[in-house]
Amino acid sequence: MSSRPLEKSVRPRRQRSRVSLFAQGEPMIWLTGGGLAVALCMIIGLLLLIFCNGIATLWPAPVPQFQTSAGSVYMGEVTRAESFRSNDEKVRVLQRKLVRTGNYEISGEHFVWISDHDIKAETRPEWALVIERTAWGRFYGFPEGFTLGGDTVASTPEAAWEMFNKHHRAVSERREKIRELETHEIGRVNRRLETARLNLRTVELRDGKDSPAWQAEHAKFLETEKAVTAKFATLQEEIVRLRAENSRYVLNLKTAQGKAVAMPLSDIVRAYPANQLSFIGKAGIYFSRWHEFLLGEPREANSEGGVFPAIFGTVIMTLLMSLAVVPFGVMAALYLREYAKPGLIVSAVRISINNLAGVPSIVFGVFGLGFFCYFIGASIDELFYASSLPNPTFGKGGILWASLTLALLTLPVVIVATEEALSAVPNSMREGSYACGGSKWQTIKRIVLPRAMPGIMTGMILAMARGAGEVAPLMLVGAVKLAPELPVDSIAPFVHAERSFMHLGFHIYDLGFQSQNSEAAKPMVFTTTLLLIVLIFLLNLLAVRLRSRLRRKFVSAAF
Amino acid sequence: MDIQNPVKKKSNRLAEIAAGKTFPTETHDVLKSEEPLLEVSGFNLSYGAKQALFDINMIIPKGKVTALVGPSGCGKSTLLRSINRINDLLSTVRINGEMKLNGEPVYAPAVDVIELRKRMGMVFQKPNPFPMSVYENVIYSLRIDGERNKSVLDEVCERSLRGAAIWEETKDRLNESALGMSGGQQQRLCIARAIAAEPEVLLMDEPCSALDPIATNKIEDLIADLRGDYTIVIVTHNMQQAARVSDYTAFMYLGRLIEYGPTSTIFQNPHLQETQDYVTGRFG
Ligand SMILES: Nc1ncnc2c1ncn2[C@@H]1O[C@H](COP(=O)(O)OP(=O)(O)OP(=O)(O)O)[C@@H](O)[C@H]1O
Ligand SMILES: [Mg+2]
Repeated sequence: MSSRPLEKSVRPRRQRSRVSLFAQGEPMIWLTGGGLAVALCMIIGLLLLIFCNGIATLWPAPVPQFQTSAGSVYMGEVTRAESFRSNDEKVRVLQRKLVRTGNYEISGEHFVWISDHDIKAETRPEWALVIERTAWGRFYGFPEGFTLGGDTVASTPEAAWEMFNKHHRAVSERREKIRELETHEIGRVNRRLETARLNLRTVELRDGKDSPAWQAEHAKFLETEKAVTAKFATLQEEIVRLRAENSRYVLNLKTAQGKAVAMPLSDIVRAYPANQLSFIGKAGIYFSRWHEFLLGEPREANSEGGVFPAIFGTVIMTLLMSLAVVPFGVMAALYLREYAKPGLIVSAVRISINNLAGVPSIVFGVFGLGFFCYFIGASIDELFYASSLPNPTFGKGGILWASLTLALLTLPVVIVATEEALSAVPNSMREGSYACGGSKWQTIKRIVLPRAMPGIMTGMILAMARGAGEVAPLMLVGAVKLAPELPVDSIAPFVHAERSFMHLGFHIYDLGFQSQNSEAAKPMVFTTTLLLIVLIFLLNLLAVRLRSRLRRKFVSAAF
Repeated sequence: MDIQNPVKKKSNRLAEIAAGKTFPTETHDVLKSEEPLLEVSGFNLSYGAKQALFDINMIIPKGKVTALVGPSGCGKSTLLRSINRINDLLSTVRINGEMKLNGEPVYAPAVDVIELRKRMGMVFQKPNPFPMSVYENVIYSLRIDGERNKSVLDEVCERSLRGAAIWEETKDRLNESALGMSGGQQQRLCIARAIAAEPEVLLMDEPCSALDPIATNKIEDLIADLRGDYTIVIVTHNMQQAARVSDYTAFMYLGRLIEYGPTSTIFQNPHLQETQDYVTGRFG
């Protein structure tokens, strides 16, 4: 406006304080970074420990033979070595080895400690065989010969090993066939009889024992019984035939102590000359073991064999749980966020839900047992399965009740995540929809829910991660050590929601604490844990991929 | 620098209003001869304790373009959002007074708000495309009405996008997400969405603030096209735009309607000095 030059201010410029070290924030970078580093180290350490221990368990180890100064001979795989304090005055600290010597039925022990001090000689016998058996744990010994139907067909280790390789596959297949007949075929036949019996009982409960309907049903039952008995006999015959065929093949072995053992081929799951194996041979054994571990059924009280039923049970239970928890959680959150008038009651409900997330999981287990199994399950049994009472159908632990219990446990996670996702939907979008003439529900259905979907998926991922790793409540509501049947199979109605199931988390607990042969089970604990982590990781990966697809579709914005 | 205009009533109204004094709105007589679509009388609105609109009395003439102007925060958006009751969604809003659309009350308890909103289209100050494809965005109101005929939907989509001057840019990406578009494109998409349902009233809250001059021109052409069939209420900070597109202009200040009259009069020879000052850019 005016052309007058700006007057210079007389007041001295205020000196601003020098930026101190703390104000600059250098130390904070180190502090926060350090916190992150500690957290990362802990997580990486945990994963690394489980990974290293888990991945190595199934790798075949060499089999040394030890001769002690006392004159005894031991042969087996070295499990670990440690130092210990001896009673001897001269040597304070000694080394000793834990050797898995197997041959439990002969020695009465799976493992022995051998002190390095006592070892006179250590050799690696060329023909040391490691034999994994269907029962009694491992066997370590030398092949001596092979008998086929009573005739000796081989009498040198080489020839015996050759005969073993020639016949073992066929024998294994027959053994599998026998197992299939014994468990599934006979089970199917039994079920037919059971169904007939239940029908009869239903009629009896309805019409009484003197009614013509009962007479007719009884006749039918007798007929079925006859047919089933006949079928049963043929199955039995078949089994006996297969057994007889299998028992003809016998591998003659000698233990390291010189005791001769005749081992039927049908008892042998896997055998290999440990000290002769090349790297490729070892890798072959390694992968064959993984294959059995992932796809096989457990044997020897779960400490050997596979964990397939547990993997299957875990996945199915987690999916069922997600199926139950997501709709309910989303509905609850929708009501809280979109419909309910904010106020004291809504806040109280919200706080209760948050607190529910902190309730110990065993409490949910107890609730599930009391409410689902004993109340709802028993009521269902009374209404629909009265004929099989007093045997409970739904009135006991089962995969459905376990899933629902875990759904309850993870409900707060889903509700909180969904509420957050809903509140993150910009109000302007809702207004836009209302301005177009949308009703509340149309706005929720078409705008709010799609937009919140990625957040809801996050809730589901968190719920899955929490649910899949939970063990304590499952022990009360349906997880068992050994389930005879999978909860989903090819027999109608395909999904058997009432069946108890195996679960990896429970399996780990069982291996670690309930196994008689705990030394042998210990490495399996790590392998199974590794598997559980990988499984949860895969389930989450699936959900994350789904979420990122949704997010690309609904959330990305550019300006 | 002071240009004296002897016609103006001299006063210091704005300061007095700020001090809490009330004046009746200076409404020009021409408006009395117009057929009203919307009649607002004694309308007050407050957000919680803060009152945003004070005793608004005005009519929105049928088939005409009415511009709302005024400094930022004076309640233009609030007034616009009261017309289709979008403000109702906020639980803090208190309303007092009357509004009549075609002689029927807007704020009566028996009114079906959804039905009411279906007769109005709205373009918001900030673009708010929905999280769905461009196509679905445009035909959203038809989807809500349950329209399934594909050829009708396609036709409406193309017509609306052409009307909003965005057809050329979107015709090859109708199935892509609307959220991936630029801010200006999003705003034109929202305009297309608002005109797709062919509403009786079109409420536009600064529709061109995010647009380049070419798109702005096209929107102004669109408004000129729609004039007559549609009743349009437009909020704008751009005086030239108000002068170009509108038939009537309302000047608001601190929640009051100060002067309301034909655009040419408001811009060339307003009754109040304050209005003159504002439209010539001397304050605000
Ligand atoms: N949701 C709200 N809650 C509380 N106060 C609000 C809300 N929206 C607007 N206001 C207040 O109401 C008054 C009018 O706001 P409004 O948005 O109508 O102004 P405007 O004229 O549209 O301004 P602009 O030109 O900047 O868009 C302002 O003082 C604002 O602070
Ligand atoms: Mg505004």
